[in-house]
Amino acid sequence: MHADVRTVTRSEERSGWLLSAPYAVFLATFAVYPIVFAIALVFMRWDLVTAPSFAGLDNVELLLQDARFWRAVLNMGVFLAIHIPLQIAAALALALALNRKLAFRAFWRASFFLPVVISGAVVAILWNSLYATDVGLINRLLVRLGFAPVPWLTDPLTAMPAIAVMVTWKNVGFYVIIYLAGLQYIPRSCQEAIELEGASAWQRFRFLTLPLLLPQTILVVTLSTINGFQLFIEPYVMTGGGPLGRTYSVVLYLYTNAFSYQKMGYAATIGVALAVMIGVVVAVQRWVLGRAEAQ
Amino acid sequence: MTALRRTALYVVLAVAALTFIYPFLWMVSTTLKPPFEVGTLSLIPRDVTLDNYRTMWTRAPFGRALLNSALVATTITTAVLVLGSMTAYAMARLHFRGRPLLNVVTLAVLLVPGQLTLIPLYTLIVRLGWVDTYAALIVPYLFNATAILMLRQFFLQIPQSLVDSARMDGMGEMRILFTIIWPLARPVLATVAIFTFMGSWNEVLWPLLVVRDQQVMTLPQLLTVFALGGGAGSMGVSLASAMVLVLPVVIAYGFLQRYFIESMAGSGIKG
Repeated sequence: MHADVRTVTRSEERSGWLLSAPYAVFLATFAVYPIVFAIALVFMRWDLVTAPSFAGLDNVELLLQDARFWRAVLNMGVFLAIHIPLQIAAALALALALNRKLAFRAFWRASFFLPVVISGAVVAILWNSLYATDVGLINRLLVRLGFAPVPWLTDPLTAMPAIAVMVTWKNVGFYVIIYLAGLQYIPRSCQEAIELEGASAWQRFRFLTLPLLLPQTILVVTLSTINGFQLFIEPYVMTGGGPLGRTYSVVLYLYTNAFSYQKMGYAATIGVALAVMIGVVVAVQRWVLGRAEAQ
Repeated sequence: MTALRRTALYVVLAVAALTFIYPFLWMVSTTLKPPFEVGTLSLIPRDVTLDNYRTMWTRAPFGRALLNSALVATTITTAVLVLGSMTAYAMARLHFRGRPLLNVVTLAVLLVPGQLTLIPLYTLIVRLGWVDTYAALIVPYLFNATAILMLRQFFLQIPQSLVDSARMDGMGEMRILFTIIWPLARPVLATVAIFTFMGSWNEVLWPLLVVRDQQVMTLPQLLTVFALGGGAGSMGVSLASAMVLVLPVVIAYGFLQRYFIESMAGSGIKG
C-alpha cells in the first residue's frame, strides 16, 4: 500500500499513540484482563467478601459431576435442536416470498424485522402473557377453535419448545435479511435455464436455490448457535428455569451461581466451559457444512 | 405468475406480517383494558382505561429508569462514535509502533464469547466499588470493537491525498478527522450509532449483575424486576411498564426502518 513506503514521521507516531492510548488502556482492562482472570478464577474459590483462596481443580471436578449443569447443557441441546432448523426454515421461506417485485415490499420486510429491535426482556414479558394458560392469547384462540388449552410454560414437555419458538419469532427478521442478500447473487440466467429444462418449482428450489444459499445457511447456523447459547432473559423472566429444571439455560445457571450463591470461581468455570462448548459446536458445524459446500 | 398464485402469495405475506405485528397490537390493547376485559380476544377495549399506566408509574420509578436508560445509551453511543473514530482513525491512517498489535488484539477479542468474561468483569466492577453506579453501566461499553473495525474499514478507503493536503494546510489529526472525514463518514456513523444505542437500550443481563438499587436501574432491568417481583400484580400493568421501553423504539423504527435494518443486520454479520 502507498502508505507503507512513506517514512513514518515522528509527529505521526506521537498522534497515533495519543489517539489510540485510551483504547489500548480500555482493551487491557475490560477485554484482555478479564479473559486472563477468567482462567485464573477456574482455580479459585471466592465469594467476593472474604479473600479468594486456591481451589486447585475443585471447580472442574464439581462441574463434571454437577447434574444441574449437565441438565442445563442438555436443555441447550434441546433448545438448539428445535431453534436452528425452525429458524432456517422460517427465514428461508420468508426471504423467498420477499425476493420478487411486490407491492409494499418495504412494509413486509419491516414487519418481519420488528421483533428484532425490541428488547428480549419485553419479548419475554409479552410472550409470557401470550402463553398464559387461562387468559393468554394463544390458548384463547385454541379454545375458540375447539381445542383444549395447553399449559405451555408449566408442562416440562412443552416449556423449552415454547421458548425456542418465541426466540425464533424474535430473530427471524434478522436472518431473512441474510438470506435476501444471498438470493440477490443467484443469477437470473440460472433460474431461466433450469426452468427451460422443465424443472418444477420444488426441483428449482432443491437443486438450485438451496445449494447456492449454502454460505448463507452456514452463517445462519453459526450465528443462531452463538446467539442461542446466550439464552438467559427468556427463562429468567418466563419460567425461572423450571418446570423441573427443563428450561434452565447454561447462562442462567452461571448467573445464579454468581449472583445468588456468590460462587465466583465456579461461575467463571461455567463461563469458560460454555465458551469452549460454543467453539467446539461451531467448529463441528462449520466442518460438516463446509464438506457439504465442497461437494 | 398467475393471478391466483399472486393472490396466494399476498395472503401468505399478510398472515406472516400479522404474526409479527399482532402480538404488539394485542399488547397495546391489553394495557388499555380494565382487568376483567383482559381475557377477551377483541383488540378494541370496550372501556378504555389508563389505570394500568397510572399503577405502574406509581409503583416503581419508571420515569427515573427512562432517564437512566436515555443517559446510559446516549453516553455510550457518543463515546463509541467519538472515541471509536479517534481509535479507528489512528488504526487506519497513522503509522505507529504497536498498531499491528492493536489490530490483532481487537480481532481476537471479538472471537471470545461474552459469557467467558462476564464473571471476571463483574468481580472487577465489585472491586472498583462501582456496584450501583452509572460507571458500572457505562464504562465497560465506552469502546466497541465491532464499531472500531467498521469505522476503520471506512477510513481506509479515504484517499491519502485528501489527508495529505489537509496536513499541508497545517491541520492537526483531530481536525482532519472531525472536520474532513466525519462529514464523509455519515452513513457509517449512523450505522454504528443505531446498533450501539439499541444494544445499550435493550441490554438486561449486565445491569442485572451490577445494579440492585432501583434508582440506578435502566428500563429493561426495572421492568424485569417489576414483572418478576410481583410488583405488577396483573398482566395489564406488567405490559404497560414494557410499553415505556417499546414505544420510543417503535416510533424511531417507524421513521428510520431502513437504517435500523441495515445497521442491526450489518453489525450482527460483521460482529
